Amino acid sequence: MADYVFLIPLMPLIGFLLLVGTLGKLPRLWVGLIGAGSIAIAFMLVVLTGLEYLGQADPTPYTVDIYTWMQLAGFTANVSFLIDGLSLTMLSVITGVGFLIHVYSALFMWQDKDYSRFFSYMNLFVAAMLLLVLADNLLVLFVGWEGVGLCSYLLVGFWHEENANGAAARKAFVVTRVGDTAMALGMFLLFVHLGTLDIQAMAAQATQIWQPGDLIVTIACLLLVGGAVGKSAQLPLQTWLPDAMAGPTPVSALIHAATMVTAGVYLIARTHELFLLAPAALLTVAVIGAITLLMAAFAAMAQTDIKRILAYSTISQIGYMFLALGVGAWSSAIFHLMTHAFFKALLFLAAGAVIYSLHHEHNIFRMGGLRKKLPVAFWSFVIGSAALAALPLTSGFYSKDLILLATYHHNAFGGWLLAAGMLGALLTAIYSFRLVFIVFFGEVKTQPDAAAGKLMSIPLMILSLLAIIGGWFTVPVESVFPVAAESDHTGLMPMIIAGVPILGVLLAYLIYLKPVIPISLFTQSALGKQLIAFWYSHWAMDWIYDRLLVKPYCAVAAINRKDIIDWFYNAVADVLRSAHQYSTISQSGQLRTYVAVIAAGLVLTLAVFLGILIP
Amino acid sequence: MTVIEVMLLLFVGGVLAWLSQRWHSHWPKWIALITCVLSSVLMLPLYYQESTTVLDLAGAPSYWIEYVQYSWIPRFGISLIFALDGLSLMMVSLTLFLGFVAILSSWTEISERPGFFQFNLLWTLAGVIGVFSSLDLFLFFFFWEVMLIPMYFLIAIWGHEQRAYAAMKFFIFTQFSGLLMLVAILTLVLVNADQSGQLTFNYFELVGHNLGSGLSLLVMLGFFIAFVVKLPAFPFHPWLPDAHTQAPTAASVLLAGILLKTGAYGLIRFTVPLFPEASATIAEVAMALGAISIIYGAILAFAQTDFKRLVAYSSVSHMGFVLVGVYAFNAIAMKGAVMQMVAHGFSTAALFMMAGAIQHRIHTRDMTLMGGLWQAMPKMGAVALFFIVASLGMPGLGNFVGEFLVLLGAFASNVTITAIAAIGLITGAIYSLIAMQRVFQGSDSNKRTLSDLDSREFTALIPLILGLIWLGVYPQPVFDLVDPALATLHQVVTGATSQLIGNMP
Repeated sequence: MADYVFLIPLMPLIGFLLLVGTLGKLPRLWVGLIGAGSIAIAFMLVVLTGLEYLGQADPTPYTVDIYTWMQLAGFTANVSFLIDGLSLTMLSVITGVGFLIHVYSALFMWQDKDYSRFFSYMNLFVAAMLLLVLADNLLVLFVGWEGVGLCSYLLVGFWHEENANGAAARKAFVVTRVGDTAMALGMFLLFVHLGTLDIQAMAAQATQIWQPGDLIVTIACLLLVGGAVGKSAQLPLQTWLPDAMAGPTPVSALIHAATMVTAGVYLIARTHELFLLAPAALLTVAVIGAITLLMAAFAAMAQTDIKRILAYSTISQIGYMFLALGVGAWSSAIFHLMTHAFFKALLFLAAGAVIYSLHHEHNIFRMGGLRKKLPVAFWSFVIGSAALAALPLTSGFYSKDLILLATYHHNAFGGWLLAAGMLGALLTAIYSFRLVFIVFFGEVKTQPDAAAGKLMSIPLMILSLLAIIGGWFTVPVESVFPVAAESDHTGLMPMIIAGVPILGVLLAYLIYLKPVIPISLFTQSALGKQLIAFWYSHWAMDWIYDRLLVKPYCAVAAINRKDIIDWFYNAVADVLRSAHQYSTISQSGQLRTYVAVIAAGLVLTLAVFLGILIP
Repeated sequence: MTVIEVMLLLFVGGVLAWLSQRWHSHWPKWIALITCVLSSVLMLPLYYQESTTVLDLAGAPSYWIEYVQYSWIPRFGISLIFALDGLSLMMVSLTLFLGFVAILSSWTEISERPGFFQFNLLWTLAGVIGVFSSLDLFLFFFFWEVMLIPMYFLIAIWGHEQRAYAAMKFFIFTQFSGLLMLVAILTLVLVNADQSGQLTFNYFELVGHNLGSGLSLLVMLGFFIAFVVKLPAFPFHPWLPDAHTQAPTAASVLLAGILLKTGAYGLIRFTVPLFPEASATIAEVAMALGAISIIYGAILAFAQTDFKRLVAYSSVSHMGFVLVGVYAFNAIAMKGAVMQMVAHGFSTAALFMMAGAIQHRIHTRDMTLMGGLWQAMPKMGAVALFFIVASLGMPGLGNFVGEFLVLLGAFASNVTITAIAAIGLITGAIYSLIAMQRVFQGSDSNKRTLSDLDSREFTALIPLILGLIWLGVYPQPVFDLVDPALATLHQVVTGATSQLIGNMP
């Protein structure tokens, strides 16, 4: 039992408070030391906790109570931290990869005028993310969940002088909030039926009162999936992630590749007991994953911005994780989450090094031949892309292989899920090596500045190593998830799964490096142009949402800007005012008018009375 | 009797501030500030005091930290009953605290007739405290009116361009609804006298009476409308954007921070316990009005270009949660509603103060003329960001606790309305973030050089920041404070309505 677990999220929080409290007046060196140092301490604490946990003969999960947040009649929210294989895996990824990215940022952001603000946001993000994965209560998890969303907003819009960055940041926040609202409703529904939001107690209670397939638990799980697809950028809420690339590149590496965007995967894995009671919801997760991974892969093929290619590849890879969750391959999903964190952080940081050397150039077609000038970035990219493409012996291979095999054995939808996964794997290999071949081979189009400094190279090297050997790690989650069927590595299927990425790289080579395959026949044709534009716009999703939601909302707001209800009250006031005006006309001061009116009134009254008396 | 002393102190302080103007124009604000601080200090011991007085409230025991009753007009059964339970104490404390913030926020803004300004400010505070502590319906109505008149002057004399229109509108709306309440109070008292043979305005004797269902519904509506106009809820809200926008900063802070809460307090203290059954029959309508307010206010807020108007409409949206929470008839939602009252008081007061601070510097509230103010005033940008984030319901800050508990409790009562109300979480984010963008982000085409927040402004804002963090991270003291009061009221209501609405959670 590690009593110091509360220090893990507290360290980055203290870092945040120090940086905010000093109002940006600290010298840069101190800022960097506080920013990265707080994560380093948190990482060491995670290592200690992990060693202690795994050192036991029979590792048993335990919770550490921190304090009671709220206690009302009928509702209690305890802040307590759960330590098990799943949270330890997440903690290691967040603090480990997080630390490397902080070190890298210390140099990458050195020139920025808001150095201190940057690190304060980053530290707050890590604190919130750690809270998210440590929480043993869905409401406390939600605190971290919204906290990382806020930091994502702040960091995407970090360079807020540009209006486009602000728009991207708002889009990221609002779109994920749509999912968060669904998740909140899911929590209400679960609470009303289970009487608690403590995750372990919920699981125990749920298996008591619900049978697999019950309607309530299915709806509750689907609402949680709503939250997950928002945060993890899956269909139908994935549109925010490509725009979120407006943030500084280390932010994309940390938040939009390695940690926050996988929170949805974590959420479903953490509540898997509920999902096991809702097979329909689980199948939905698989289908969402399969469709998203294909859509994003096609979109990645059509992009020209180096970061957007990586953003779509992230959406696609999280699609694989969703697919894995959906087919019940829980540990494979978490395994892929970890390897993806390694190689995608690597790719983003390497992309950052390229962008840094080319003065914020993002278009891959204005790059080229950078292999010689930027060797560290080049090799990082080769290793990262190989892992992303899941070439054999890289970390990505081991994890994706497990997912595809599990899909193969799962057998839902007569092989369609597997077909999507396989096609996605082929496309992944093509687009990732398209990137490598265009950026690093061929002729030099933009002369790079000197390569990035050591402080940026060392994290790249460590992550490169992890991207290769990460597949040999095992995630200690056996005790968390139900035992999966031993995956069958015999037969033809594993060979096909291993072969597809190689075929993809070969195709990319033949298209982009040795132009044997005349791709221009397709890209220059009328149909090809349209298709590419369609994929470039990510299947026109933004266009659809713009017409369907954004424009109508703005139109309604604009039309009713003056508040129609106010108009009603003003109308009442106007009526009274004109009644007043008309009645003042009668007060003319002319005696003859008064006499005439009095006489007419008398006659009328008399007539009425006579009419009543003498019918 | 502390609460009477506090009120007298505020009344006297107000008169002194007014008189002191003739000696020096800086004296009134110092006198006002000192009066406010002294009053708060006077209140402090009450937090450590046990609820000594236990009174029967329609069969349920009610616990009072302070209770005092004097005869006033015995012939009509009118007496001076001042009482504080946890709920009242919390609202009185909020009033004094925001009074302090309001005085600081108008420190340099008011140059014309500063003495009369501080007089009105302190008298408004005294009136509001009276509202939160009187438990004789006649006395309550008296204070209900007392708090309006000085507020009317604050808007009409020191307001902005359209102050006359706004002040008149504010006065007519509240006066008309107050008239409805007066009729309802008199009907209630007279019918009760008819039935029981005793003419009384005493709250404790009126709770638990039974008027008969038809009349009870009408009388209840009299109270209900008076309070939801004040809240304000759709469709009774149009006075609020004008009043808030035109009022000077200090008056906006008081209006949003505490005057709106008198409406919510009235619903909790009077409408529901006096007419539990009638309230239960309109519960769904009231919740629906709350949900509509949430969405409607948010859309309107999004459309505004005037910063203060945006914050004003956001109040309509936030107070919608209170209405939903009160009429969910659920203990959790009710606590959420109370928490929302306090948290909204903090966050909106701060946002109005920011709006005032910006207007003081660049002489406009028009957001189309702003943008990029972060560069010139990074500290103000960061502080505004904090309050905007609080107001959009970020977990870890007070507003989230309120909204979450309201929705959690309301979900058990009505799933559909709760789901609609929950959309407010999205629309709230939309208008909050667009405000941040329009005011502070982007680039400043005018390249203004402005003075950032000064220490006086920080003195007012830092307590609000700490307060919101405290409410968000450790709200338990607030719950513990208001719990006995709410439990009693809940018992009164469920006791009377158990047959009508079945077994409540």
